[in-house]
Amino acid sequence: MKNDLLVFIETNPDGTAKNAGLELLNPGSELARDQEGALCAFIIGCSVAPAVKSAAEHGAKIIYVIDGPEYKQYTTDAYVNAAYALIEEIMPATVLIGATANGRDMAPRISCRLETGLTADCTSLAIDPDTKKVIWTRPAFGGNLMANILCPDHLPQIGTVRPGVFKKLPADEKNAAQVIPKDIHVAPEAIRTEVLERIQEAAGELVDLEGAEIIVSGGRGVGSAENFSVIRELAEVLGATVGASRAAVDADWISHSHQVGQTGKTVGPRLYIACGISGAIQHVAGMSSSKTIVAINKDPEAPIFNVADYGIVGDLNVIVPALTEEIRKLKA
Amino acid sequence: MNILVCAKQVPDTTEIRIDPVRHTLIRDGVPSILNPFDSYALEMALRIKDACKGKVVVLSMGPAQAKNMLMECLSVGADKAYLCSDRVFGGSDTLATSFILSNAAKTVEKLEGPFDLILCGKQAIDGDTAQVGPEIAEHLDYPQVTYAVEITAGEDSVVVKRETDTGYEKIRVKTPCLVTATKPSFDLRFPTLKGKLNARKAEIPVLTNAEINLDTNLTGLKGSPTKVKSTFTPPVKEGGTIIKEESDQASAAKAARMLSEAHII
Repeated sequence: MKNDLLVFIETNPDGTAKNAGLELLNPGSELARDQEGALCAFIIGCSVAPAVKSAAEHGAKIIYVIDGPEYKQYTTDAYVNAAYALIEEIMPATVLIGATANGRDMAPRISCRLETGLTADCTSLAIDPDTKKVIWTRPAFGGNLMANILCPDHLPQIGTVRPGVFKKLPADEKNAAQVIPKDIHVAPEAIRTEVLERIQEAAGELVDLEGAEIIVSGGRGVGSAENFSVIRELAEVLGATVGASRAAVDADWISHSHQVGQTGKTVGPRLYIACGISGAIQHVAGMSSSKTIVAINKDPEAPIFNVADYGIVGDLNVIVPALTEEIRKLKA
Repeated sequence: MNILVCAKQVPDTTEIRIDPVRHTLIRDGVPSILNPFDSYALEMALRIKDACKGKVVVLSMGPAQAKNMLMECLSVGADKAYLCSDRVFGGSDTLATSFILSNAAKTVEKLEGPFDLILCGKQAIDGDTAQVGPEIAEHLDYPQVTYAVEITAGEDSVVVKRETDTGYEKIRVKTPCLVTATKPSFDLRFPTLKGKLNARKAEIPVLTNAEINLDTNLTGLKGSPTKVKSTFTPPVKEGGTIIKEESDQASAAKAARMLSEAHII
């Protein structure tokens, strides 16, 4: 319907929902209320019953389901064709898509095909009380500038939203949603890419930085590839993902998939612990929307302390293992 | 394999100036560089050219001063560069920009012959949208692969190693296609002296709307569905708590206690 808000729920190959979509149901519920429409979700994937259940529990009122073997693994053509067909049919006022790698791959093609506007990587959303249009707030210029964007004359208004900025609403099994299966399929010949190989990072090395609740990152101050073990140990007791600054990646201490910052990933975890990272503007751009930032650095003048909520001045090779030990005790 | 690389000149510094009326960045007077991701795209293109011949043409949209950046592209080995520049293109959002660039690419193809591959940086470091590449692909109805760290050229296809949220995937895509580059394990090569001299002599044709011939309702501010309502600089974070005890051990203990009391861990 014309006032509805539609949230894309990205799925994993096992049919479960990714957090990047579920958490958008939180701001989505407020936006839908303010634009006087329903909070809808759409799910694309294969055997997605678990994702449908999660979307209902986290607040979706209407769930459109596009289910088929061609959607088991992400391909641009299959996902764009399916999403476009659905959005064009139901023409909601607003579409929210998580700014994951795949979300940012598909969203521009969808908006372009719909000849409408798209705002990238938003960190705040609101409804303009006068026009009932979405005010999309996003960082640009490496986070030095924030812009409020409107898409005043085109429908739907579409935005990708930075993962981790919003938190999932608590799951409630009593939430009931209307589930609407959509018979949308994509012919094999319409998928113009062929996935030859998927390489997952080794277990324990999963680098889902964008979806991480807690990130422990190491920089130049870590000193060597071997020393990254102290970073990994702290990450392990916290259930955190390991990140890195460009300096650590360029020194070949850790692979680029761990890199946070302008030439790496943009993250917004609940807790970001920067170890031996000076805080160059390019790094800060990638992590400044973290809720709490802890910095450990031996240089009290390091710029990282300007963005840190807690700054620990000292040698990370002593502090990080000690911190790991203290946290282990607290958790025991 | 003939390759078109789309490149953008971006402001280099953290010094930001905003046009108070139009809420767009003022680029004059700020040192400008080739967008880093576009430099990776260019290096990938040059490596394909080194391996299997063909030519590399660079296309940019921007003001006249972007010619300096294009000259830099020529000095490292690009064969030709075009600048797409017209007042009616100014103020374009990503939809209008990609519309202009996709049509400019067709105009360049009339002069240079068809391209097998269009390579873009995944995003420009000023706007950070990562939208223009996929939108060019959509306008041209080309398949796309984003976040490439490696490209291997085949007969009528390319194999792209793509970075995903949890690892990598290797994707084969038929040409013509569009690929966007993220940070690979290498940087753009340095120019040779000969390259610099050649670049200085090279002519960089400017494509205005007289050559590309687009409906100006679809370009510039008029052709942009998104409007910048306002811009602001993010509030500076209040000074955090600094922890520096007698020993690093004591600092760690205090930090753990504070984080625990604040329910952060």
